[in-house]
Amino acid sequence: MGDRADSWVGRAVPRLEDAALLTGNARFIDDLSPLPGIRHVALLRSPHPHARILGIDAEAARAMPGVVGVVTGAELREHLNPLASAVRAPMAYYPIAIDKVRYAGEPVALVAAEDRYLAEDAAEAIEVDYQPLDAVVDPLAALATEAPVLHEEAGGNLVHHRQFAYGDPEAAFAEAAEVVRLAWRYPRQSATPMETYGAIAHFEAAPERYTVWSNFQGPFILQPLMARALGIGGNQLRLIAAAHSGGSFGIKQGLYPYLVLLAAASRLLGCPLKWVEDRLEHLSASSSAADRADEIEAAFDGEGHLTGLRFDNLVNVGAYVRAPEPASVYRMHAAANGCYRVRHIAIQNRLVTTNKLPIGLNRGYGGPQFYFGLERAMDLAARRLAIDPAEIRRRNFLAADGFPYEGPAGAIYDSGDYGKGLEMLLEIADYPTLRARRDAARAEGRLFGIGLAAGVEPSGSNMAYVTLAQTPEEREKAGGRSGGVACASVAMDPSGTVTVHLDSTPAGQGHATVAAQIVADALGLRPEQIQVDTAMDTGSGAWSLASGNYSNRFAAIVVGAIAESAGRIAGKLKAVAAELLEVAADDVELAEGRARIAGVPEQGIALGRVAAATHWHPAGLPDGMAPGLYDTALLNPAVLDAPDGADRVASAVTFGFLCDLVALEVERATGRLRIERYASVHDVGRVLNPIVVEGQVRGGFAHGFGAAMFEELAYDQDGNFLSGSFADYLCPTSADLPPLEFANYETASPQNPFGSKGMGDGSSMLTPVVLANAVADALDLDEVELPLSLDRVWRLANPETDGR
Amino acid sequence: MKPAAFEYCRPDSLAEALALLSEYGDEAAVLAGGLSLGPLLNMRMARPEVVIDINRLADLARIERDGEVLRLGALVRQADVLASAECQDLVPLLVAALGHVGHYQTRDRGTLAGSAAHADPSAEVPLCLKTLAGAVELTSERQVRRVPADDFFQGTLTTARADDEMITALLWPTDRGRQGFAFEEVSERRGDFAIVAAAAWAERHDYDEGYRYGLGLGGVEEWSLVSRGGGRRAPEDLAEFADEVIAGVTEDIEPMRDQRASAAYRRHLADHLGRKVLLRALETALGEVQS
Repeated sequence: MGDRADSWVGRAVPRLEDAALLTGNARFIDDLSPLPGIRHVALLRSPHPHARILGIDAEAARAMPGVVGVVTGAELREHLNPLASAVRAPMAYYPIAIDKVRYAGEPVALVAAEDRYLAEDAAEAIEVDYQPLDAVVDPLAALATEAPVLHEEAGGNLVHHRQFAYGDPEAAFAEAAEVVRLAWRYPRQSATPMETYGAIAHFEAAPERYTVWSNFQGPFILQPLMARALGIGGNQLRLIAAAHSGGSFGIKQGLYPYLVLLAAASRLLGCPLKWVEDRLEHLSASSSAADRADEIEAAFDGEGHLTGLRFDNLVNVGAYVRAPEPASVYRMHAAANGCYRVRHIAIQNRLVTTNKLPIGLNRGYGGPQFYFGLERAMDLAARRLAIDPAEIRRRNFLAADGFPYEGPAGAIYDSGDYGKGLEMLLEIADYPTLRARRDAARAEGRLFGIGLAAGVEPSGSNMAYVTLAQTPEEREKAGGRSGGVACASVAMDPSGTVTVHLDSTPAGQGHATVAAQIVADALGLRPEQIQVDTAMDTGSGAWSLASGNYSNRFAAIVVGAIAESAGRIAGKLKAVAAELLEVAADDVELAEGRARIAGVPEQGIALGRVAAATHWHPAGLPDGMAPGLYDTALLNPAVLDAPDGADRVASAVTFGFLCDLVALEVERATGRLRIERYASVHDVGRVLNPIVVEGQVRGGFAHGFGAAMFEELAYDQDGNFLSGSFADYLCPTSADLPPLEFANYETASPQNPFGSKGMGDGSSMLTPVVLANAVADALDLDEVELPLSLDRVWRLANPETDGR
Repeated sequence: MKPAAFEYCRPDSLAEALALLSEYGDEAAVLAGGLSLGPLLNMRMARPEVVIDINRLADLARIERDGEVLRLGALVRQADVLASAECQDLVPLLVAALGHVGHYQTRDRGTLAGSAAHADPSAEVPLCLKTLAGAVELTSERQVRRVPADDFFQGTLTTARADDEMITALLWPTDRGRQGFAFEEVSERRGDFAIVAAAAWAERHDYDEGYRYGLGLGGVEEWSLVSRGGGRRAPEDLAEFADEVIAGVTEDIEPMRDQRASAAYRRHLADHLGRKVLLRALETALGEVQS
């Protein structure tokens, strides 16, 4: 794939998805009506953060016009097994409350009616007798012995606790010239896609099976888990993902308990059921990133070399541990050295249950929380040691000639040149000028700050990294786990046109475009000639546990599967064409829709004729060749091995790099931040399509900016939810975003044929901390927390205020 | 988030609309732009028996001058005012404030009268109407009456409108603020309700050396804090005068506190923004006297 001038891959091919999206022709889950007789569901949800359910009287609701039925947790329990997770604490998680509610918004009863209006009317008529209990929402408070306990059978709210040491952190800290320490709260956020959850579930008695249409995005490791909850074999649960999804950013992973709930209710009520989540439900009860109460210690020698790290992570998992949690705190674990050479690392991970909604995948997944600690600590150390924040990072970067690099906790960094990225960033942002402007502003008494941050972006997850939640002995007993399999199918039909099937359930990223570029290169076609079917169907397409849309796995792994499958189709076309052209297969090239003799382009035949031969005349094929042109590749990156006995794991396939710089002024009188300049430089490996890459960077930036400035899923101390609408949960609009200066450079990854790396999370990981670093710099502070709301920044800028 | 069932009526005449209001009283809700009513219905926080859609009453969409008053009908959209040269000329303070209300998309739909009827304590339109000492025209089958803004707004989401009355127009004095005006607000994002909003206007008499001013602060307490006054001679030291006015307005206030902002922050913003806008309005209108 070296010669990029000749290839579609790498070019700014306009997105093939956009015509349908922009003309209203894309079909989303709410547009689907795949069978007759669908009834509509409203969920009655708990108004209490914590309460015992003493009784539910649904008689009046059942008698209302248009109502098909009401199903409660007690009834569903007969038909469901609890949903499993990697945490062994004894606590049952069902998709609906059984005898107790543990967060405001938890489903208590399901109503099905002829339309959603009638279903909501009936839900209002259900009377639930609650015995309210004390609630706890703060992770530290939940650890206290007198705290209300969510799951009595677990014996307390601490449901997971592991400690790790890599290298010799004790010695590193004992010998350190400088140790910086930070403790902070990281707030809860959500990616808030435009489209909320939605699903249609259909139970058939004969043969006994469930079909569920939805905008679930994987990982499909959750499919067998759902089947187990329903008490059926995997082949009795067919999941179909709509071809278009109105955004996910990870959060649609958390849809799966609702799929189980709807499937079981469809069986009980004897009709197909449709449920489309509304915004209040989405904000209060879908899923979210974790809020955390974390601490970090970083040891340095006198020259600013980072010699040791200690992480103390306390994750507020919410009311239940929903698979794949506790993955969010293990996502960055194997790469806990970030982009630095430090070899001595201690990590303590604790998970605590509270009366908040359960956490799950959300853009950046554990990355924003991780980098908030590490990159705040780097800036703080630079201040303490009087080293420029750019220089202290430069001194600690992995060496450009040291790749692949095995980190102390097992991550295998594929490629990189971090120093080059930082130099590009400083040049683009004109760092010396910004520093001079800061000096001048400070001389006038103004509050001007510069923030820096750098980090790696692990992509293409090892499905086994979450088993770090278990001890090596427990893992041994459970049997081996490893890998991150991707699947892709390429078919050429008798007319010579091509269809590609993906297992990557895209949510708007542009997978279809890039897949078409790859296949067009392999088969000598144009991207727009390729049909890419992104509608996942576990009943008919190839898939595996790792299938789905998360951890930036498309550009890291899936592209390799597409190339492998398309390559085999190309090979077969060449072999058949070689017979027809009477040359050796090696002399055949596929270009401009033809199979032709290399060097003699006028001698060739249309691909359609070659394809037709494989379908119409199998007897005429070379000996031993199978008929047709259909190929499926299942590919596993070899680097994704099982965790070892020392808890080290190659957690991801590719490691992109990015660094951000922001210069801002704090308006002392109002707490407003005036962003003067925001620059971001990325190494995403070889770029597959610059349009897609830039879109992801800008989107990730918007998410990170919102998280830094405005967003918080807020609860009051009693557990009442305060952010149930977009008037309360403040996402940035285009009018609120500062201009982003973006640049990229490429260090090719050896992990796939294109040299590409996963990307899309990076900006959401670093934007929150770089803004915090700039505010800390402007105000000369050690401690800064998010969101950087007006009131908070005003208080920080005016410490003399009495704070009433 | 689906509304409870309601009857939907779309009258073709004002008389018909008023008859419906008279019949249903507090069981009816009037729908103009729907930006406040729509969410309230969907969240079932409002459960009217009847929704009276007045969007066919074209007469209510007029912007017309009536002597010293600019009459903005109940269907005048925020975007209409922003696009009107007459409004820019006659009520520049309102035009300045409307730039902070929502976004292009919502301003095409949202009405000024709807904002007055909803009476949110941090909304910009009610704040300006009160600061300028405007009035609200209320029409029922019984009567048409003009209620001064000072009396119309009674507290958070509470007004002097009787159940059978409809706001048919907002009445804006055109003799205020055409020399000096300023509007500022602080909100987390563009287009949000203000944490604190401040509006001010000032005028120099054209017949003697007297002057008038108005200052309004929204979002601080349950209802806007307003100070209006004037004198026969412009103050010597405008900054000192502004300080006095602010001190008078913010004395003894007990600012609201919520998830977004503390009482201390609101108190500070009231002081800071209030001084800023008032001084700017005074300097524009009276600065000449000084020099």
